[in-house]
Amino acid sequence: MENSTFTMGSKEQNQATWKLRFLPSGDTALTVELGETVERRLSAAVVDLAARIDGAALAGVVEIVPTFRSLLVHYDPLVTSAAALTEQIGVLSKAGTGGQTDGRKWRIPACYEGDLAPDLDEVAERTGLSPAQVIEQHTAAAYHVYMLGFLPGYPYMGDLPDSLQLPRRKSPRVRVPAGSVAIATGLTAVYTYESPGGWHLIGRTPILFFDLRRDPPALLRPGDSVSFEAVSRETYDRLAAEVANGNFELATETAA
Amino acid sequence: MSAALSVIAPGIQTTVQDLGRVGYQALGVPVAGALDPVALRLVNALVDNEPAMAALEFLYQGPTLQVNTHSVRVAAAWSDIEVLGEPARRIPPWQSIRLTEGTRFRLGATQGSVCGYLAIQGGLALASVLGSQSTYTRSRIGGFEGRALGAQDALPLAQPAAETRTEVRLSAPPDAGPPDRIRVVLGPQDTHFTEAAVASFLADSFVVSKDADRMGLRLEGPALTHSQGYNIVSDGIATGAIQVPGSGHPIVMLADHQTTGGYPKIATVISADLPAVGRLRPGDSIRFRAVSTAEAEAARRALEADIERRARNVVPAAEGSELNEAALYATNLVSGIVSATDCLSDDVP
Repeated sequence: MENSTFTMGSKEQNQATWKLRFLPSGDTALTVELGETVERRLSAAVVDLAARIDGAALAGVVEIVPTFRSLLVHYDPLVTSAAALTEQIGVLSKAGTGGQTDGRKWRIPACYEGDLAPDLDEVAERTGLSPAQVIEQHTAAAYHVYMLGFLPGYPYMGDLPDSLQLPRRKSPRVRVPAGSVAIATGLTAVYTYESPGGWHLIGRTPILFFDLRRDPPALLRPGDSVSFEAVSRETYDRLAAEVANGNFELATETAA
Repeated sequence: MSAALSVIAPGIQTTVQDLGRVGYQALGVPVAGALDPVALRLVNALVDNEPAMAALEFLYQGPTLQVNTHSVRVAAAWSDIEVLGEPARRIPPWQSIRLTEGTRFRLGATQGSVCGYLAIQGGLALASVLGSQSTYTRSRIGGFEGRALGAQDALPLAQPAAETRTEVRLSAPPDAGPPDRIRVVLGPQDTHFTEAAVASFLADSFVVSKDADRMGLRLEGPALTHSQGYNIVSDGIATGAIQVPGSGHPIVMLADHQTTGGYPKIATVISADLPAVGRLRPGDSIRFRAVSTAEAEAARRALEADIERRARNVVPAAEGSELNEAALYATNLVSGIVSATDCLSDDVP
């Protein structure tokens, strides 16, 4: 398929140029690939292009799913076609300024203690750090939200400090509790529901990352910035009770 | 007591499904919805519902229900409706029937399809969650309490009574069987496989394994060899995408599939053939054929015209179209029933 290049509109961001590739994904979706790596500049370009397509309200576009390095544009083949979208998105990628990427900053309380942190000691052992150092390093970084996927509201965030990077567990757990704060490779995440999972569990947050009582229900969106704050078990239990009662609202500040 | 269908026996994986929860995949929310949207639309037509109205979907064996309201009109796809009591009656698929208070009825074993449907005139009085009544059981979203039905549940009905009218049937019901070859569009990652693997994928026969659920079908057959490893940086998944994990055995992603994933996708089943794939049962054999995206889009338009034609061709149900059978109570439960466990959840972070 036709390829084109995509230059980020915003001056503050790097003037990186990404080569767009349109990959066929059947007759109800079109993959628009900008790269094949996990990096923030690429993620910013993905978010920017998603905003441009969204803003253009192209006929027949049903929804747009941004990922680390591509967009999946779901469409209605009774209204439009992959050929028409390829042309329209090619034009959008070149024209005008980029969409607004108003990333928000979040500070997430998490408890890194006892049964809430079942893999903390093993992570410490394998990284050659003390458990306290693992916590210190995990809470020191500000993570970029690359994408949501796997589970409703599940955020893939990075980048994890090099010192904490481990491959996924050899065999995934059948049940990872909801709220688990997890790490693997260069990423960190929060399991939004109980599910199978293969990442290392180093803590638990009482914050609901997906809540149908909210609009939108997902706490985060790609482009947001997240840091974790270690809290005691007592604080965790108190916050969990407040969250359960609907009496807790997490404050944010818009990223500079 | 408010209008309801009471669940006497829940059947297997009986859930509320409509045409899916569209618009929230960017948040990681799967679309869900009917495995066989063609059947859903056609049974809805028989009871004067909008095509997208939620119905009950069941796998292999439907529920036994009791009418706890004045009257209700229903129609089934891929399954008979067995009206219990004296005299017992059997209503074939694709035909409407009005049932009165106290009547018990059973949806039998599905015929030619893993999934069956029961459309209810006026629909169910359930909350719409993110724009849909579809059940996504893994996250307990939508439908009846986010889960499959259980015995003693009471499904609230939107309409307390059904007016008498001539019952109808489709004069041209759809065929259950899959086409000779399921049509696919190669990509988005067909270049991540050896040429021999792509050739094998399009030439050889595959069998649906027992690892099959609403999330996807794992296929048995020749292993497909990756040319650049089996992990990709996660990207979006379209319904019908055929992803190939490290084992080399492809998985066709169905209604409940994750929105994103990290295995290469060799091809995507075209939307016109997806309902037939949704009907496949373990042990069924399939082959694939590649078409262009434009051909796939044209096939979808043709399918839409076909559905509309069938939905319009509704005729009065003939007298005697109800079958009285001595063997009514001889149930024919399918053996080797698949469990609804997370058998396909190996692509987990």
